[in-house]
Amino acid sequence: MHLDGKIPGGPLPQKWERRKLDYALVSPANRRKYRVLVVGTGLAGASAAATLGELGYRVECVFFHDSPRRAHSIAAQGGINAAKNYQNDGDSVQRLFQDTIKGGDYRAREGNVYRLAEVSLRIIDQCVAQGVPFAREYGGKLANRSFGGAQVSRTFYARGQTGQQLLLGAYQALLRQVQAGTVRLSPRTEMLDLVVAHGKARGIVARDLVTGEIRTFVADAVVLATGGYGNAYFLSTYARNSNATAIWRAHRRGAYLANPCFTQIHPTCIPVSGEHQSKLTLMSESLRNDGRIWVPLRAGDKRSPEQIPEDERDYYLERRYPSYGNLTPRDVASRAAKAVCDEGRGVGPSGLGVYLDFADAIRRLGADVIAERYGNLFDMYAEITGEDPYRAPMRIYPAIHYTMGGLWVDYDLMSTIDGLFVIGEANFSDHGANRLGASALMQGLADGYFIVPLAVGSYLARAKPPAIDDAHPAFEDARNDTAARIERLLSVRGKRTAASFHRELGKLLWDTCGMSRNREGLERALTHIPELRDRFYRELLVPGRGETLNRELETAGRVADYFELGELICRDALHREESCGGHFREEYQTPDGEALRDDEHFAYVAAWQWREGEPPILHKEPLVFEAAPPMQRSYK
Amino acid sequence: MRIALEVWRQRSPEAPGQFVRYETTEASPDMSLLELLDVVNEGLVQKGEEPIAFDSDCREGICGTCGFMVNGLAHGPLQGAAACQVYLRNFRDGETLWIEPFRAKAFPLLKDLVINRSALDRIIAAGGYVTVNTGNAPEANTSTIHKDDAEQAMDAAACIACGACIAACPNASAALFTGAKITHLGKLPQGQPEQGRRALRMVRAAAAEGFGHCTFAGECETACPKSIPLQVITQMNHDYLAARLSGEGHVQPRHIEPGTPKRRR
Repeated sequence: MHLDGKIPGGPLPQKWERRKLDYALVSPANRRKYRVLVVGTGLAGASAAATLGELGYRVECVFFHDSPRRAHSIAAQGGINAAKNYQNDGDSVQRLFQDTIKGGDYRAREGNVYRLAEVSLRIIDQCVAQGVPFAREYGGKLANRSFGGAQVSRTFYARGQTGQQLLLGAYQALLRQVQAGTVRLSPRTEMLDLVVAHGKARGIVARDLVTGEIRTFVADAVVLATGGYGNAYFLSTYARNSNATAIWRAHRRGAYLANPCFTQIHPTCIPVSGEHQSKLTLMSESLRNDGRIWVPLRAGDKRSPEQIPEDERDYYLERRYPSYGNLTPRDVASRAAKAVCDEGRGVGPSGLGVYLDFADAIRRLGADVIAERYGNLFDMYAEITGEDPYRAPMRIYPAIHYTMGGLWVDYDLMSTIDGLFVIGEANFSDHGANRLGASALMQGLADGYFIVPLAVGSYLARAKPPAIDDAHPAFEDARNDTAARIERLLSVRGKRTAASFHRELGKLLWDTCGMSRNREGLERALTHIPELRDRFYRELLVPGRGETLNRELETAGRVADYFELGELICRDALHREESCGGHFREEYQTPDGEALRDDEHFAYVAAWQWREGEPPILHKEPLVFEAAPPMQRSYK
Repeated sequence: MRIALEVWRQRSPEAPGQFVRYETTEASPDMSLLELLDVVNEGLVQKGEEPIAFDSDCREGICGTCGFMVNGLAHGPLQGAAACQVYLRNFRDGETLWIEPFRAKAFPLLKDLVINRSALDRIIAAGGYVTVNTGNAPEANTSTIHKDDAEQAMDAAACIACGACIAACPNASAALFTGAKITHLGKLPQGQPEQGRRALRMVRAAAAEGFGHCTFAGECETACPKSIPLQVITQMNHDYLAARLSGEGHVQPRHIEPGTPKRRR
């Protein structure tokens, strides 16, 4: 199949305007005849459902949390970018576009990224109008700060809780529509399959997480906003319930999955402390503005940090990247931390950690200023580790944080299944091989508020999906499949918990397809994962029944999908014989250890098609760069 | 370290509940309380028993999903922390912890420690928003906001809707939660046009859900993991009364069928 990104012609600044003019419209009176299903209520899902509701469609919103406000977008700390140029530092849509394309290591579509930069301006307007309490200057105007990968101040923020405030804005808009009767919510309901009838997405099968009832939802178009799949690695900064099941089920029904190996690893997380650890906590990237990162010069140096004199310390980021220093982008900083730990110079009980030291900053600025800037983060660190970061340096280590890969979508955010739209982190578009800070919130809201509502309308106007109900055989099939999968998990009755398999799979993925990958490791993973999956279906133990609130059953279903997805992640990493962004193949690096991109052979989106019982097929969408010609990313 | 747990187990809303004791020896001071529950649960599953059902998601104290009573305190012993932010180093070796769900009439119990808090969504739906459609908002910097107002709005907006304020309140009042949203939007110019209507509708919605009245016991402020101050309740009462006095909530006379007998008040 030829993958058509459907990017409008003409110069970049006119593409989105042109496409909007091309879109067919549904008249207001006809909109209520169409039912749109939105799965997930994070930034993308809540904003899309609210906007579609405002337009007058009948919207059904399905999500597994108890309230739409709990989606994982709420945990984002740092901020949201917009090319407002309020600081008069030369920012513009064009510059935001260029930074994002370059930050993504030239593996994103120019058309999409330009539109993102363009729409960013209106996102801030919209959120301010909703009452999002962004930080302000004394003059009453909006404040900005700078973030990694940019040389201008374009990041808007609400303390360290920007994701929370943006999500609450979208959530409130959503509940306003619930009150108005245009949106109906189905909380504690988890999508377990996609229904495709006559080649079009027509609904989903879901499980009521309280009663266990298998329910079907019928719609004229389906929008997936179900987030990223980083929890495949078990330990990550994701919320515990984030999972891949919705996109994986859609993939198995015909939606291609693009660039699954592009996983962002965030350099500043609190290191793992023990076997029982359930998740990792991120410390905002902003700490690197004042903190200096170092390890002992000598391998195996077990002295406490204050006993190590200045000349026996290695400030490795400042040494290797003198012009960016501690503010190198996330992928570069993460790899550098891994390299020094691999040399045996890591700190802390596990040896997997580096120091983030504020001693110089405290001497220079005083503890009060540091407390004002980072107080809540310091408290958080102290709470989790029991150590006082004002006295001893913090210990940090990289962790899985965001997935740039996801379901393939065209410029209209439609997947390879007609009528299935995918938005936010669940799709692959816009970020390329690496995501800069403060750009994920921007993409979620751009998709949800401004792009998908128009694209869905146009689809409905043109496709005019015929009436259908859940007696259709496609619904029957999907329902039976789902019931059979649940039954299979419940009937194994082995000895091991789903979580224990998840931990094992996650460790394997982290070791072989984490911060750096090589052919030998990936091939090993590709033999181990199917073996582990077989053991899972022989040794799993899920107590209780399906017709009740059963957390073990929920976990088991998600882990089952991680096995298949994990295999695809490794397969994608194996075929991409280059290094770019979050994907670092050890075989492809420059003499001084930097990522070596291969634009001649790999400037494409890798979109995988599922085949039952056979290896997936790789489809390639070539990437064309006209406005931002690829160049080597250098932060020296 | 050794920690014993007395956990409220209840299979379903109808079934009777009881405390069940779990002794653990695998606890380490670096573990969070929720991770200890995970460990207990793995042990239960391996014995083929049903694990303790409890809600949690971000485990960073921001999503508001987790929450239960620990030794009679909502979210446990730490000021300004959600249950997921409580680490075992805050307890003594050999201590027994009593863990039970948040209890309030408006929070029906679903299973073990899991409760239904959707009443809070319905309070927000009643008016906790600014009525603005997507797409035509004015340029963001056209209106200025006093820095102090923005900060106070943010203080109130930090609410995570965990429900601890209600669980801690002797009246199970949702005043801190409702007041927080009313204060957040009321401090900003965008929230002004609907301020009175918002207060009336949200306060009435809270009463209709079965939350109690506020008697200023102050327990909510102590329990709140985001340290939202009691002043938000004062603000709510102010807005509510102002709206009542200005006739904002004016109710049309009811249509009455001829011959209807007088109601007794």
